[in-house]
Amino acid sequence: MNKTKNIILAILVILITAIPLFIVQNGEFTGADGKAEELITTISSNYKPWFKPLWEPPSGEVESLLFTLQAAIGASFIGYFIGLAHGRKK
Amino acid sequence: MLKRFENLLVILVTILLLSPQYASAMHIMEGFLPIKWSIFWGALTLPFLLIGIKSIQKNVNLNPKLKMLLALAGAFAFVLSALKLPSVTGSCSHPTGVGLGAILFGPTAMTVLGSIVLLFQALLLAHGGITTLGANAFSMAIVGPFVAFGIYKLLNKFNSPKWLSVFLAASLGNLLTYITTSVQLALAFPSPTGGFEFSLLKFMSVFALTQIPLAISEGLLTVLIFNFLTTYNFNELKELNVLNNEKTSPISEEA
Repeated sequence: MNKTKNIILAILVILITAIPLFIVQNGEFTGADGKAEELITTISSNYKPWFKPLWEPPSGEVESLLFTLQAAIGASFIGYFIGLAHGRKK
Repeated sequence: MLKRFENLLVILVTILLLSPQYASAMHIMEGFLPIKWSIFWGALTLPFLLIGIKSIQKNVNLNPKLKMLLALAGAFAFVLSALKLPSVTGSCSHPTGVGLGAILFGPTAMTVLGSIVLLFQALLLAHGGITTLGANAFSMAIVGPFVAFGIYKLLNKFNSPKWLSVFLAASLGNLLTYITTSVQLALAFPSPTGGFEFSLLKFMSVFALTQIPLAISEGLLTVLIFNFLTTYNFNELKELNVLNNEKTSPISEEA
């Protein structure tokens, strides 16, 4: 049955996401793209980024707000789509 | 194919063991590609973008109903690329969500949608960048979708179960996206001592490894939504030649 399978899939995704939080000791789980940046500066120490972002979210909170907004917009549409298809089928 | 994938995994895991790094893995940051590479990747991306716009127009003109499905593919990429998930390397990265649309509408359609997502993130989130947009679009919106599309079609030819084709298409598309990112950075920043290969290993350890569990997650989520589509949007999928092998049986029977 599709429904059961989809529930199992969702649980698997949650597990894959949650397990690293418990098994990785002292992981920082940072979201900054800092490590690649660091690596570039180690490899070619005189490289200077030649362009700055036009606008940056002023804080981590504002950034997470915008990321949440992005996910919410997408999820709303997916919900609408599923609801519509479900209703049509009935 | 599977053998290759296994080998790739072995190589990647070896790299992980040799150089454990806690790092984040996402798109190339603003200003972090030398100008000539920015132009190079931008120029390479442009034709795909134009072909993609044509292909979307063609599909939508043929059947305006497909607009909804196209929007769904876009929304899926939009959600997934906003979710920064923790990974076993102790850092976070996000899935790309372009595999679904590539399977449904072909790879170049996702070049368009993926680029829109990247533009949004570059302008509003300072994630990725305008100067690196071409390179990031090439990895996420060209390589990713083409790999996903190719694997889906290939596995379908061998009559692999639909869920497996969808799963491998989406996960490998995701993984190859970040391997491409590593190649792009290694090309732009070859190590003065170890050259391109050394840099590539280093960048792979940052970008590609974190991505493995996320690639699996993306594969599973894509199967989930694909299950749904085969139940409710069977006719549209047939029209897009996604299900050309089946007569009537949706994924539910074989998955």
